[in-house]
Amino acid sequence: MTSHAEELHEHHGPPAAHKSSRVDARVLGMFLFIGSEIMLFGSFFTAYFFIRVANPDASTITPDAWQFWPPCKTPPVGGECTAGQYEFPVFVAGVNTAILVTSSFTMHWALQSIKRGQRPAFLAGMVLTFVMGLAFLLTQVIEYLHVGFNTGDGAFASVFFGLTGLHGAHVAVGLTLLGMVIIRGFRGHFSPEHHHGVELPGIYWHFVDIMWIVVYSTVYLL
Amino acid sequence: MESPFRSEAAAFRFLLITIGAFALIVVASWIDPWLGFAVWVLLTAGAVGVYLHQRGPRAPQEHVEHVGPAEERRVLVVANETVGGKELLSAISERALQLGRVRFVVVCPALNTRLKTWTSDEDAARAAAQKRLDATIARLASVGIEARGEVGDADPLVAIEDGVRTFHPDEVVISTHPEGRSNWLERGVVTAARERFDVPVTHVVVDLERPS
Repeated sequence: MTSHAEELHEHHGPPAAHKSSRVDARVLGMFLFIGSEIMLFGSFFTAYFFIRVANPDASTITPDAWQFWPPCKTPPVGGECTAGQYEFPVFVAGVNTAILVTSSFTMHWALQSIKRGQRPAFLAGMVLTFVMGLAFLLTQVIEYLHVGFNTGDGAFASVFFGLTGLHGAHVAVGLTLLGMVIIRGFRGHFSPEHHHGVELPGIYWHFVDIMWIVVYSTVYLL
Repeated sequence: MESPFRSEAAAFRFLLITIGAFALIVVASWIDPWLGFAVWVLLTAGAVGVYLHQRGPRAPQEHVEHVGPAEERRVLVVANETVGGKELLSAISERALQLGRVRFVVVCPALNTRLKTWTSDEDAARAAAQKRLDATIARLASVGIEARGEVGDADPLVAIEDGVRTFHPDEVVISTHPEGRSNWLERGVVTAARERFDVPVTHVVVDLERPS
């Protein structure tokens, strides 16, 4: 079998990019990214459900404590948690959820604004999104400090910090991207015709928000 | 299929759907954990169903540029089991006579089972395709037609695309079994090739079961 490139290409320069898959490179990149993220979060959720449902020995106190979720702080007596259960800060996390969801709305508003050429609204939207993202992250740090348990308090605590921390790391990356958009925005970049640099961080930000909805519902509410 | 993250607006819409879906799951779980699980299963199945059945915008037809001398014609022949078929060989001979200066490239997709494709076990399929191809090239050479052979991708459409991108044909000839016995026809390979490229696509039916 002879080489196509040698024998068949009369034109100069390299051959055209191979695109037989018919999938746009940017779309393919996004698919691969989402796939890898689903696998990453999926592994953490697998650990979470395994600990919660299938592994009664995961409690550092006694397997009996595991009948409760979150587990008892001390060994249960007569089938009851005498010292009470560990508690997840559902309300604070709920407020944090509202903040993050709202930030997606401002992100959407910012992108719509730059598409319409409304630069002040675009900048306001981006700054608001950034501030709300930062507020989410700081609230999470404060939540960690006051949550009442630490990673050494059993597998449930490890998986709690693992899942929420993994999401927090994504928020931090998102904030970095938003920060760059804001700096570029104030320097006069982006226009109704050229706003790809806003679109992609926007997609990422919504993705982070979606993952939080899943994490919050699963860890805090269910 | 369309990605829910193809644009910021699509991702935002997907976020709103996620909020609604998880609100339903949480409320159902509060009523009864098994109801919550059932709602989750239903919503997930629904989402997968919608995702798989939606169709993205059709890609525009691609222009295939003529390369090489103006008087030279290039014909890309795509066939597999039917590659040595009488009807196909006579179609190639016809073109050789009609077009004068013509170059042929015969592509045999290395058809394989899905499992073997996924596990990259394609040596046997490629060897079988190469064997059929060699026999056909030799047969064409015996009647004075010079053609080059190439084993292509297991997916006939991908094999055609590869051939189009590297060979720049002026015509594509696709050979299949008759209707009802042809997997390629069932998958709409000929129609898809016509939709994708702006060169003439000729469909040659080869009936290997008909006594010669």
